[in-house]
Amino acid sequence: MVDLSRKFDCLVIGGGNAALCAAISARRAGASVLVLEGAPKFYRGGNTRHTRNMRCAHDAATDILTGPYTEQEFWEDLQLVTEGQTDEELARHMIRESKDILGWVVEQGVRWQPSLGGTLSLGRTNSFFLGGGRAMLNALYLTAERLGVDILYDAEVLDLDIDNGMFLSADLKQGDGRVSVRAATLVAAAGGFEANIEWLKQYWGEAADNFLIRGTPYNRGSILKMLLNKGVQQVGDPTQCHAVAIDARAPKFDGGIITRHDSVVFGIVVNKNAMRFYDEGEDIWPKRYAIWGRLVAAQPGQIAYIVFDASVRNSFMPTLFPPIEAGSIAELAGKFGLDAAALEKTIADFNAAVRPGTFDHTILDDCRTEGLTPPKTHWAQRIETPPYYAYPVRPGITFTYLGTRVNKQARMLMKDGRPAANMFAAGEIMAGNVLGKGYAAGIGMTIGSVFGRIAGREAAQNARN
Amino acid sequence: MHGTNILEEADRLMTVCNSCRYCEGLCAVFPAMEMRRSFSDGDLNYFANLCHACGACYTDCQFSPPHEFNVNVPKTLAIARAESWAAYAWPRAFAGLFARNGLAISLIAALSVAAFIFGFTALHDRQVLFGIHSGPGAFYKLMPHNAMAALFGAAFLYAIVALVMGVRAFWRDIGEPIGMLADPPSLWQAMKDATQLRYLDGGGVGCVNEDERPSDLRKIHHHLTFYGFALCFAATCVATLYHYLIAREAPYPWWDLPVVLGTLGGIGLLIGPAGLLKEKWKRDTDLVDQQRMGMDVAFIAMLFLTSLTGMALLLLRDTAAMGPLLALHLGVVFSLFITMPYGKFVHGIYRFVALVRHARERRMMAGGV
Ligand SMILES: Cc1cc2nc3c(=O)[nH]c(=O)nc-3n(C[C@H](O)[C@H](O)[C@H](O)COP(=O)(O)OP(=O)(O)OC[C@H]3O[C@@H](n4cnc5c(N)ncnc54)[C@H](O)[C@@H]3O)c2cc1C
Ligand code: SF4
Ligand code: SF4
Repeated sequence: MVDLSRKFDCLVIGGGNAALCAAISARRAGASVLVLEGAPKFYRGGNTRHTRNMRCAHDAATDILTGPYTEQEFWEDLQLVTEGQTDEELARHMIRESKDILGWVVEQGVRWQPSLGGTLSLGRTNSFFLGGGRAMLNALYLTAERLGVDILYDAEVLDLDIDNGMFLSADLKQGDGRVSVRAATLVAAAGGFEANIEWLKQYWGEAADNFLIRGTPYNRGSILKMLLNKGVQQVGDPTQCHAVAIDARAPKFDGGIITRHDSVVFGIVVNKNAMRFYDEGEDIWPKRYAIWGRLVAAQPGQIAYIVFDASVRNSFMPTLFPPIEAGSIAELAGKFGLDAAALEKTIADFNAAVRPGTFDHTILDDCRTEGLTPPKTHWAQRIETPPYYAYPVRPGITFTYLGTRVNKQARMLMKDGRPAANMFAAGEIMAGNVLGKGYAAGIGMTIGSVFGRIAGREAAQNARN
Repeated sequence: MHGTNILEEADRLMTVCNSCRYCEGLCAVFPAMEMRRSFSDGDLNYFANLCHACGACYTDCQFSPPHEFNVNVPKTLAIARAESWAAYAWPRAFAGLFARNGLAISLIAALSVAAFIFGFTALHDRQVLFGIHSGPGAFYKLMPHNAMAALFGAAFLYAIVALVMGVRAFWRDIGEPIGMLADPPSLWQAMKDATQLRYLDGGGVGCVNEDERPSDLRKIHHHLTFYGFALCFAATCVATLYHYLIAREAPYPWWDLPVVLGTLGGIGLLIGPAGLLKEKWKRDTDLVDQQRMGMDVAFIAMLFLTSLTGMALLLLRDTAAMGPLLALHLGVVFSLFITMPYGKFVHGIYRFVALVRHARERRMMAGGV
C-alpha cells in the first residue's frame, strides 16, 4: 500500500510516456515519487498505448535507423509543418535533447524494432517501438516499479491546491472518497482535452459531436483546465489539434491506429453532396495524412467518402473495416444515401479531366487532372473498373495543442511571465509550445520523452533545495 | 466462410492485426500474416502452429480485453492449433482422442502398465516378477528381448506412420508444395529456429506468463524437456545398436554410454516437465486454452513419469523392485509411444513444419529461391 500521508518529493499526474519518463528521471535523481494515473490499470498510459514510433535527431545510421537525421533537418521539418508557429528556442532545445533520448529510453528497458520491411516510409527519421506503445509502456512501468516509484491506478486528480504559482497538494479520487496528497513538486503530464467533447464544442460548435476520438477516453483536460484557472500561462490555439480522417464506423473513443485510412491518394474524396472538396493528390505521406481530419471536419455533417475502384483495391494497407462494395456508381451512392446522379457526374467529370501519366504513389508523380476544380495534382487515375468501393470517414482527433507554457527546464510559466515555484509540465499538456499547428509523425513521443525527462530531473533538484 | 468458429475468430483477429502490425517484430506469425490480405483455413492453421504461445502480443496489445476489439491472439491461436491437430489426426476415427485427451491418456497409460504386469505374471511365476536379477540380460528374464523389440518397434512404427499422415494433411492444408522438403536452407533455418525456440522470447525479453513481467523460465524448462527427451531417445538407440551390432546386453554399467545418456536425459526430463507444469499452473488464464489444459498436463506428466520410472529402475535394478518397476516403465513408455500422434507431442512436429514453411516464404520474398 502506498502511504498517502507522507509528503513526496515529486508528484506526477498522468500515466503515459511523459509521466513515466518524468517519474523515472526524478527517481533516478534521488527523489521520492508518486505517480497518479486516472485510468484503471488496463487503460494506463493514455494515448501512449496507441503509439508506434518516435522521431529523434541522430547523426548516423544505426541498426534501427536507415540514415542520419540531423538537428537542422528535424528543425526544418518542424518549421515546415508548423508554418513557423513554434517556440524556436524551446524547439531547438528539444531537438538537441532528442539525440540523447534514443539511448536513454533503451536504458529504461524500452526496445526498438530493427527497421523492417515497410509499413511506413519513416525508417530514417523515426524509431519504432518493438511491440508498439503498450510494450514500451509496460517496460517503463516495470522500470519505475523496480526503482521504487509509487504508482496508483484509478487515481484521478480532482483538484489542485496551488498558491500563487506554488503547488501544495492534490486531491485524488480513491474509491468513492477523496484523499489529499502533498508533494514538494508537481509534474503535470495528464495529456490534452481531446476526450472532452463539451470542451471541444466551445471552439467547434455542434460539429464536435461528430468527432471521433482516436485515443483514450481519460484525457479530459481536467488538469490543464485547473492549471490555467490557477494562473498558469496558456499557449496555443484551442482549435489546433492533430486530426486525421478515420473510418466513420470506428468506436467513439479508443479505436486507435487501426481505424485510419491511407487510401486517399488512390481515389477521390467526396462529401455528403457527392462533391469533391480538396486536392487528393496534394502531398506525400505523412503530410497528407494529417490534413484530412480538419478537411472533413469542415464538411457538412462532418462526413466524407473515399471512393475508388477495383484496380487499386489492394494497393494500400489492409483495413479493419472492409470498404463498402457496389457494382455501379449509382448503387454505391445508394448505399450511403448519396444522390446517385450527383456522384455519377462528379466521377464522370473527374475521369474526363484525368491526363495520362505514369502512376507511382511513392513520389509526386505526373498523373494529374486538367481543368478540374479542385484539381487532383498527382496520382490521378480514372475510376472506371467495377466493382466500386468507398470508405465513409469522419474527423478522428488524436490530440489537442492548447497547453501550459513552459521554459527550457519544463517549468511552467505563470500569466505574468514568472516561472512557477515548483510546477513542471511534460507531453501533450504542453505540446502547444512546440506544435503551434500541423504535425510531424512521431513528435508526440519526442515531446513527452524529452520534456518528461527534463521535468523529472528538475523537479527532483527543486525538491532538494 | 470458415470451417469452424475459432477460425472465424482467428480471421477477425488477423484482419485487425494486419491493419495494425505493431507486433510485427515479436515473432514469425505477424510477418507471415503480412504476406497475405485474406486468410484461408489453411493459412490460419499455419499461423496457429507457427505461434509459440509466448504471450507477448497479448500483453503488448492496446486492444486486448476489456477493450471492445477484444484481441487475444495467443488464446485464439492456441484453440485453433489444438483443433487443427484433431482435424489432421490419422486415422480419422481417433481424432476424438484430442478432445478428452487427459482422460484418454491416463486410461491408456494405466491399461498399458496393467498389461505389462499381467503379462509378466502370466508368463512367469511370482518368483520371477519379484526376484532379484542382475548382470547382462537381467531384464530379459521378465520379457524376452525380441518380444520387447517387436512390441516397441511396432508401437514406434505406428506412431511414425500416424504422424506422417497427419503432417501430410497439414502440409496440404497450408498449401505448401512438396518443394519445401527440397529446400535445404529453409530446413536448416527451421532447425535452428526450432532448436533455439527462437520465437518463445517475446521479441527478446522473455515469455509472458503470470503477469506482464516476462521471464525465460518457460523456455529454459522447455529446453530441458526437449533435450532430455532427445538424450533418452539417443540412449535407447545406442542400446539397440549395442544389442544387435556388438551383442552387448542391457542392463549396462553406469559408466556406459546408454546409461550416461539416459541419466543426463532423465534428469532433464524430471526438471523440465516439473518446471513446465509449475509455469503452466501460474499462467494467466486469459492466455491459455483452458479446455485443453488436460492435454498439456497429460503429456507433461507422461514425460515426467517416463523419466521417473526409468530413473527408479536404474537405481533399484539390483533389488526385488526391478520387476514391477520394469513393468511400470515399459507400460508408461509404451503408452507414450502409441498416444504420441494424439496428444500434445504433435505440437513440435507441426510447429517445425510451419517454421520450414515460414523460412521458405521469407526466402522466396527475398528472392532467394
Ligand atoms: C492512435 C494514435 C496513434 C499515435 N501514434 C503516435 C506515434 O506513433 N508517435 C507519436 O509520437 N505520437 C503518436 N500519437 C500521439 C501520442 O499518443 C501523444 O502525443 C502522447 O501519447 C502524449 O503523451 P502524454 O504522456 O503527454 O499523454 P498520454 O499518453 O495521453 O497520457 C496522459 C495520461 O494522463 C492521465 N490523466 C488524464 N487526466 C487525469 C487526471 N485528472 N488525473 C490523473 N490522471 C489523468 C490519463 O489517464 C493518461 O494516462 C498517437 C496518438 C494516437 C491517439
Ligand atoms: S496483437 Fe494487437 S498490437 Fe499486436 S498487431 Fe494485433 S492488434 Fe496490433
Ligand atoms: S503469443 Fe507470441 S508467438 Fe504467439 S503470436 Fe503472439 S507474439 Fe507470436
